Amino acid sequence: MKANPVLPDMATIMEVVEETSNIKTFRVRFDDENVMKNFTFEPGQVGQLSVFGIGESTFVINSSPTRMDYLQFSVMRVGEVTSRIHQLKAGDSVGVRAPLGNAFPTEEMKGQDVTFIGGGIGMAPLRTLLVYLLDNRDDYGKITLLYGARTPQDLSYQEDIAEWLGRDDIDVVLTVDNPDEEWGKNPHEKTGLIPNVLKEINPDNSGYAVTCGPPIMIKFTLMALNELGFKDDKIITTLEKRMKCGVGLCGRCNIGDKYVCVDGPVFKYSELQELPNEL
Amino acid sequence: MACKFISHEDTNQWLEALAKDHVVFIPVDDGGSVTFRPYGEGRKPVLDRMPVRSPKEAVFPQNETLLTYKYDKDPEDPERTSVRIKETLPKERAVVFGARPCGTRGMTVFDSVFVNDRIRDPYYATRRENTLYVTLACHEVESTCFCHEVGSGPADTAGSDVLLTPVQGGYTAEAVTERGEKMLEASFFADGGDKCAEAEAVKKATREMLGEAHDFSNAPEALLAVFDDDEFWDDQAAACLSCGACTYLCPTCYCFNITDESTGTTGKRLRSWDTCMSFQYTLEGSGHNPRTTKGKRLKNRVNHKFAYFPDTYDQHLACCGCGRCIKSCPASIDIRSIVKAAQARSAQKESK
Repeated sequence: MKANPVLPDMATIMEVVEETSNIKTFRVRFDDENVMKNFTFEPGQVGQLSVFGIGESTFVINSSPTRMDYLQFSVMRVGEVTSRIHQLKAGDSVGVRAPLGNAFPTEEMKGQDVTFIGGGIGMAPLRTLLVYLLDNRDDYGKITLLYGARTPQDLSYQEDIAEWLGRDDIDVVLTVDNPDEEWGKNPHEKTGLIPNVLKEINPDNSGYAVTCGPPIMIKFTLMALNELGFKDDKIITTLEKRMKCGVGLCGRCNIGDKYVCVDGPVFKYSELQELPNEL
Repeated sequence: MACKFISHEDTNQWLEALAKDHVVFIPVDDGGSVTFRPYGEGRKPVLDRMPVRSPKEAVFPQNETLLTYKYDKDPEDPERTSVRIKETLPKERAVVFGARPCGTRGMTVFDSVFVNDRIRDPYYATRRENTLYVTLACHEVESTCFCHEVGSGPADTAGSDVLLTPVQGGYTAEAVTERGEKMLEASFFADGGDKCAEAEAVKKATREMLGEAHDFSNAPEALLAVFDDDEFWDDQAAACLSCGACTYLCPTCYCFNITDESTGTTGKRLRSWDTCMSFQYTLEGSGHNPRTTKGKRLKNRVNHKFAYFPDTYDQHLACCGCGRCIKSCPASIDIRSIVKAAQARSAQKESK
């Protein structure tokens, strides 16, 4: 932990990618080259982005530690801070406090199949792990991605998806609730709710399942994974709560005696079941 | 602990001397309420009543600046701005004089959270290191006092550097820490002599006034057993106005908000007391709120003090038994009764 855990490091936005009508991806580098050089994190950890005068919000670092040219954050425009972040352009300054929180159990997952199930902006935390696994491809078994959104236009990371579709060491299935005329022409393009498509794909239940998305999607995906026979301690999700400090002090992101900011954001389903019902 | 004595007259001299190189917070009458204010400007300490506000604010102010920032325009390209930030760590040395043992005990809850093997909050740590607590043992009790039920008592030294006990003509003074020992080297202190036995008698008598202690030791299990009992919690919180007085006055409540305040191109990032009794506290950008009802919010506050905190930090309750939340609640909500009701309810459930 840094000497002052609430003091951000200054960073500059290198590039902004418009993902969807309300999601933008920001690639940033710390201004101090030493900070950049010494920065380490693990897939799943988060960071706080600061726009001074507006405030701070928490986002997952969705680039992979295997590629340290920049740190990448995807931001959905929802409230005050995210609206202001959406106005930022390449060259603008931003404060970054990272890494915060825990990470995916990448060691434990070695040698196993991994099924990713992402919904909407929930694809962001999955992206970091997915890229990490692909960059350490030999250490892991079969990799499957099921990624869904409301419409084809709401699917982020188009560039990544194109690359993943071109690889033969990852199976990619996309699904939308509301297709357009073009949708469905390719075999990987499905229509329907994520949990239903997941059951259709019927992935091998001996491996890990990693899921993130809106609360309602997570709820039904967990039920589907259960039905498919995945073990509770091999189902992994990441949680979000309103956060301020991000370092376990300010008190608001607790579920029972656990703080999402330090004990999470990554939780196994078996761990979630031990927490009081307060999601 | 060596016991010394200081007369009432010398106590004023001592405060005067301490105020030369410390901000000395004393309890003063502030429009009828006793609050902590810096010594000076003719202010007299009010020591016969328990302060309404807690002594936490000397170390954890109601709001404090974490950093300042300044936007600079790029002279080459006025469209572009850069930001400079500056850390603003506190420097002043302080003494808190005349807090009651319950209030000072509250600081031990802060100590566990803000300085531990995982984290050191430099704002809190600096102030805590630079602040001395001279605490006054109680010689009277109020109906809302329950320090004896949460592992404390009217002469508790937890969190203090010096403990004063009221005796005829002045106070006995006992050093709790090395820093406290140094303080008692001042010339105002004489050997305690037979005042010490008098002080011990005062402590004993006050403890006896509190009577038998209710046993809260199974509170975590009992509270967890009624966690999903919405009817119970809605009932307990029915009268709550969500005003937050309980949390702001609580010596152990440490939750905070972080906000930015700008004036033109400069500004500061502030940390301010927050209250978990507010709807906004956990309201997320998406509109989702994990604690939509007063019952759910009250449950979190009670659970934090009697279940979560003891679970995370060495079994200490995050309640010092001062009774401020009971005394100042406009709706007469009593945290003791809530925990006792949870104990009764869970026992009832078990026997079914």
